[in-house]
Amino acid sequence: MYVAVKGGEAAIDNAHALLADARRGDRSVPEIGTDQIAEQLALAVDRVMTEGSLYDRELAALAIKQARGDLIEAIFLLRAFRTTLPRFGYCEALDTGAMRVRRRISATYKDLPGGQVLGPTFDYTHRLVDFALAAGVEPPPAPEAALDAAREEDAARMPRVTDLLAGEDLIERESADADAPVADLTRAPLGFPASRDLRLQALTRGDEGFLLALGYSTQRGYGKNHPFVGEVRIGTVEVGFVPEELGFEVPLGEMLVTECQMVNQFKGSAEVPPQFTRGYGLAFGQNERKAMAMSLVDRALRAGELDEERRNPAQDEEFVLSHADNVQATGFVEHLKLPHYVDFQAELHLVRGMRAEIAVRRAASAQGESTQDESASETKEAAE
Amino acid sequence: MSAETTIETAGAPRGAADAATGYNFAYLDEQTKRMIRRAILKGIAIPGYQVPFASREMPMPYGWGTGGVQVTASVIGPDDVLKVIDQGSDDTTNAVSIRKFFARTAGVATTTHTAEATMIQTRHRIPEAPLREGQILVYQVPIPEPLRLLEPRETETRTLHALAEYGVMHVKLYEDIAQHGHIAKTYDYPVEVNGRYVMAPSPTPKFDNPKMEMSPALQLFGAGREQRIYAVPPYTRVRSLDFEDHPFTIQRFAEPCALCAATGVYLDEVVLDDRGGRMFVCSDSDHCEERRAAGHRGTMLAGAAGTENDHA
Repeated sequence: MYVAVKGGEAAIDNAHALLADARRGDRSVPEIGTDQIAEQLALAVDRVMTEGSLYDRELAALAIKQARGDLIEAIFLLRAFRTTLPRFGYCEALDTGAMRVRRRISATYKDLPGGQVLGPTFDYTHRLVDFALAAGVEPPPAPEAALDAAREEDAARMPRVTDLLAGEDLIERESADADAPVADLTRAPLGFPASRDLRLQALTRGDEGFLLALGYSTQRGYGKNHPFVGEVRIGTVEVGFVPEELGFEVPLGEMLVTECQMVNQFKGSAEVPPQFTRGYGLAFGQNERKAMAMSLVDRALRAGELDEERRNPAQDEEFVLSHADNVQATGFVEHLKLPHYVDFQAELHLVRGMRAEIAVRRAASAQGESTQDESASETKEAAE
Repeated sequence: MSAETTIETAGAPRGAADAATGYNFAYLDEQTKRMIRRAILKGIAIPGYQVPFASREMPMPYGWGTGGVQVTASVIGPDDVLKVIDQGSDDTTNAVSIRKFFARTAGVATTTHTAEATMIQTRHRIPEAPLREGQILVYQVPIPEPLRLLEPRETETRTLHALAEYGVMHVKLYEDIAQHGHIAKTYDYPVEVNGRYVMAPSPTPKFDNPKMEMSPALQLFGAGREQRIYAVPPYTRVRSLDFEDHPFTIQRFAEPCALCAATGVYLDEVVLDDRGGRMFVCSDSDHCEERRAAGHRGTMLAGAAGTENDHA
C-alpha cells in the first residue's frame, strides 16, 4: 500500500554502476585514454586545472574522463582532491617577465621588443567544420623547430608591455610587499571587503562563463573602464620556492600560464598626473578568454579603490566573489533536486489553511448579501 | 558522556577501523578538524552567532550537507554512534549516502534509533523522541543568515547582528500578517537564541522549533558553502519570533499517522493515486517504526484488523 523511499543504499549502488556503464559508452568504440585527453583536449584540461586550482595535467585529464566531459564536475573532482593535500608553503611570485613565451600579442603597440608572436591560436581560423579531421588526416608538422633558436633569442628580450609603460610612469606601478602573507581563500573564509590578492585568487578559480559575462557587461556600459589589451602572453614560467630550512629559493618546476594585462582608463588628480590603470588576469595553461575576462572584472572591482562610482554588477565585490565559484553554484542550484517534502508539506499546510479561511469568508458574505457582492468576489478571484 | 568530552575525544588518533580507506579518521585531516572545532567552541560560547570558518571542499557537492558533514567529522570519535536523517527519515538516499560515508571513513557504529545515537546529523527535521544530555544534533544548513532574503549583503547583515538590529525581520513578519492574516513562514522560522542573536534554525518545519528550546542536547549547525558554523548549547533559551497578538504556533495535523496512529507529530503526505487519494504518515521513520513495534496500529497499516484511535 505505502512504499516509502526505502532501499536507498541499493538504489545508490545501482545508479553508480549504471553511471560507470554510461561513462564507458558503446563498448565497441575504443576507450579514451587520459593521455589522449591531456594531449588532444588540452584546453579542457587547462580550464579544469585553473578552476580546480591544481596544476596537474594527468589528474585533470582523469577527472575529465571520470566526469564524462562535464568540466564543472571535473573541476569539482580536482578541488575535492586538492583539499586533502598537505600545504608546505607558498611559492615565490611568478616572474612572467622571464616567461618562455609561446604566444604573445599586444593590442597597444604595432611592434615592440620581442615582437608579436601568434603561436597556436584560433584567432584567424575560419570556423569551417574540418571534415578532414573526422577522416583522421594527420596534420603536417608545424614549422616550429626551424624557428626555435630565433624564438629563444627573442624570448630573452620580451619585456612586458606594462613594464615599458611603467618605465615612463604612464601606468600605475604595481607594488606588492614581498613579505606580506598571501591571502588564501582555501584556508581562510572569504570576508568583505576582500584584498586584491584574495579577489584575484577568487577570480582565477571563478567560473569562466560567469567572468566572461561580467567582463562583457563592463564593455557594454555596465561599469565601463576603457580597456586595451596591453598584452596577452602564454608560456612557461618557473615556480620558485624558499624552504625554511634552506633560506634560499629553489626551483620546483615549470608551468604553462596565460597572463593578460589590461591597460585601462587613466586617472589623475590635482596632485597625481594622469596615469593608466591596470586589470590583471592569470590562468593555468592556455586560456585567453578566461585571463582577459578576469582582467576586465579585476579592473571593475577596483572601482572603490580608484574612487569610481560603484553601480554595476561587475563592480560589486560581494556580488561577484559570492557567485563566481561554479562548484558552489552548481551544488546549490542542483541541491534543489534533493527531497524537500517536509518543507513542502509545511507550505501546503499553510496554503490550504489560507484557502479554507477565504472560502469560509466568502461563504459567509455570500449568505449575508447574496446578490450585490458577486461582482466584487469575482474581481478578487481574478486578482489571485 | 557530556558533549564536551565528545569534542575532546575526537582529537584522538585514528581508530583501528579506518585503516583501509587511505584517508584520516572521519576523512578530514586533524589540522582542519582542529580549525573547525575552534569555530564550534566559539559558536558554543556565543549562542546563535555565525562563526566564519574555512570550509573545505568535501567529496559530496555543496548543498548536499557539506557543512554538517564537516562538523560531524570534526567532533565524531571512534566510540560514537551515528544516526543520519534527511526529511526525518533514515532511509532517504542522501541520509544513506552520508551514513555510509562515515561508516567507511570513520568506521563508527551507526544506528537508526534516536535513543541509541550519540550524534545525529539531520537535514530538515528534529527527531520526535526527546533528545538527552550528551547527544549532539548536527544540522545541515543551506543559508545560515536569517536576514539573507531580506538583505543580500553579508557586510550589512553582520552589522545588523552586531547592533542586534532586527527591525527588518519584525517588519517582514508584520507584513505577512497584514497581507495574509498569518506569518507566512512555515519552515526555517527565525528564532532568538539566548535573548541575543536571531538565528536560522535551518529549513526544519516550524513544528520543530519548540524542540530547540532548553534542549539537553548540544545543537551544532554547519553551512559548508556559506562557510559558517553556529551553535545552541544545551539548556539554552530559543524563542520563535512572534507578536503578543499573533503568538507563534506550530502546524497541527487533522488526522493521526496512518501507520502508527501517532498524533502530535509531523506528518508527510503521500499521494496514493491521481483521484485525490492520500495518506499521512510520520516523517520521523524511526519514531513510526518503534511505535508500530510497540503495537500501535494506524488505519492503513497492512493487515491492520482492528485499528485504534490512539492519541499518543
